[in-house]
Amino acid sequence: MHLEFKVEGGDFSNAGSASSQIKRVLKQLNIDPSVIKRVVVALYEAEVNIVAHAYRGRIDAYISSSGIVLKLEDEGPGIPDVGKAMTKGFSTASKEVREMGFGAGMGLPNISDNSDVFTIDTIVGKGTSLNIEIKFR
Amino acid sequence: MKLEQTTYNRALEIVNDICIGCSHCMKVCPTEALRVSEGKAKIHVDWCIDCGECYRECPTRAIRVMDDDFSRIFNYTHRVLLVPSVFYAQFSDNITKKRINDIIGELGFTEICAVEQSIDSLIEEENEYVRNAVKPVISSFCPAVVRLVQVRFPSLVENIMRLLPPIEITAQYYKRKYAEYGIPDQELGIFYLTPCIGKIAAVKSPVGGYTSPINGVINMDYFYNKVYLAYKQKIPVTKEVVVNNAISSKGVLFPTTGGEARLIEGKTLSIDGMKNVIDFLEMLENEEVDGVDFLELRACDQSCAGGILSHRNRFLIAESMRNYASTLGGEHELVSDYKKHCSAVIHMEKIEPRSMVKYDKDLDLAIVKMEKARELRRLFPGIDCGACGAPSCEALAEDVVKEQADINDCIFLRTLYEKRGELSLEEAVKIMESIWGKDRFVKRNY
Ligand SMILES: Nc1ncnc2c1ncn2[C@@H]1O[C@H](COP(=O)(O)OP(=O)(O)OP(=O)(O)O)[C@@H](O)[C@H]1O
Ligand code: SF4
Ligand code: SF4
Ligand SMILES: [Mg+2]
Repeated sequence: MHLEFKVEGGDFSNAGSASSQIKRVLKQLNIDPSVIKRVVVALYEAEVNIVAHAYRGRIDAYISSSGIVLKLEDEGPGIPDVGKAMTKGFSTASKEVREMGFGAGMGLPNISDNSDVFTIDTIVGKGTSLNIEIKFR
Repeated sequence: MKLEQTTYNRALEIVNDICIGCSHCMKVCPTEALRVSEGKAKIHVDWCIDCGECYRECPTRAIRVMDDDFSRIFNYTHRVLLVPSVFYAQFSDNITKKRINDIIGELGFTEICAVEQSIDSLIEEENEYVRNAVKPVISSFCPAVVRLVQVRFPSLVENIMRLLPPIEITAQYYKRKYAEYGIPDQELGIFYLTPCIGKIAAVKSPVGGYTSPINGVINMDYFYNKVYLAYKQKIPVTKEVVVNNAISSKGVLFPTTGGEARLIEGKTLSIDGMKNVIDFLEMLENEEVDGVDFLELRACDQSCAGGILSHRNRFLIAESMRNYASTLGGEHELVSDYKKHCSAVIHMEKIEPRSMVKYDKDLDLAIVKMEKARELRRLFPGIDCGACGAPSCEALAEDVVKEQADINDCIFLRTLYEKRGELSLEEAVKIMESIWGKDRFVKRNY
């Protein structure tokens, strides 16, 4: 099953709408609550990253009985040093973003902790794509 | 629609002869457990959480509470009634508690006890529990909330406080007390006067691997009428009734909004009303809530003052309870007695989620059905009119893929098919009759 969502940069009030819709779908499929939690956390962080750091993006979710594959693609500044971005506590978030409670530098590490497969492809000046996979069993 | 057999005790029943199939109940059910078919409302029992929202809404009183027959109390020599503080608040302030208690005795009970007697000792246990548990702890007090979490928020089941609610602790205290008097178990009947149907379900099929010692549940609405009638008829007092009214201000206020949360240390919230509770649980499930230690969640607006079997206005009831509490001390005399045995017996086992099987138990099939349902939803108008007998377009789509409804049940699609000449008028009328009943189409003179 394929679901898609659009994400607008800077729109913090709608950040989380993709993850809560995916959550609903997974609940209706009776997926194990602990797995749903991992999906929601990973997707939410990735979604917020587009809102906080990129201009716009889209999310494609593919659900099968083996698991969920999430593909997030954005148009944005890209990540110059992925290794650094992946370290806990590293953040380039602006003061305004921090004031909204984001910018602890925990998003990417959290995605990594909660997923079975996680890859980042990024081109500086163009955009970033994430591939997140979480297995159901 | 086919309704599955259930393992859950139901506290409500729809009386077919009275139900006019108006669908008011269907629109308020928080778990979409109701449908209208053949002109009657039907409950999908596995999904029902016994919140009573449907009962509140029913204009013809076709929804019946499955309480116990009052005469059953006379099967016992010793008849104890556990009375919640909301009961006394049903009456106006000029009717004294003494008079009410005398009437209860006259009606057949031998002893009366305040349900919230166990609060004083329970609260220490709650604080101890909250210190060590997964946060935020969700109070186990309101059975409708416990069931809501089990059915709609399975991932939050581990947050439900695994301590028994106060009625059970008070009931156990009575069991013990009468055993100490040397009274044989079968001679003691413990009855609970309930302000809601959730508590009926909770006593009859409790969660967390527990069996209740309560022998029967009395409907507060029914009992209020019985007591008030006796009051009006000025019946004389001929019988002695033992009144154990040891209760503190904490106890009286506990079932009101904020009454529990304010006794718990740390950051606590009290949220009442089904919609507010659901909205908050959604946030909690999305991990959007941080640093809260304890949640007092109650299904009814104004908590138990707004219980569905309450007779009086809920704000007046709550005020009356606050008023009564202000005349009482902070702790009552039996508290040490309760403490002696409290912690040994008040823990319950793991509470299991009660996931709604929306599409199929088999994941592959569930995904296929869900995709079909999503396709169907695109055809439906999305206005949730309810004319199909399902609470929303989404629910109809689900029912169709589960073969529990027909795509032509949608009046919009049907009109389209009729227009295209793909469906005859007779067929269309037949479909409507199968949902709303034949009588619905007899012309009425208003
Ligand atoms: N989609 C993206 N486009 C551009 N830069 C990104 C993107 N995602 C992450 N980054 C960069 O990687 C850094 C680390 O990201 P991470 O999500 O771990 O932390 P954060 O977003 O700064 O803070 P937090 O997620 O804890 O609120 C960000 O500060 C940002 O510089
Ligand atoms: S009691 Fe509540 S959950 Fe059960 S059918 Fe009525 S409204 Fe729905
Ligand atoms: S708030 Fe009180 S009366 Fe209402 S369902 Fe919960 S326990 Fe029952
Ligand atoms: Mg981030």
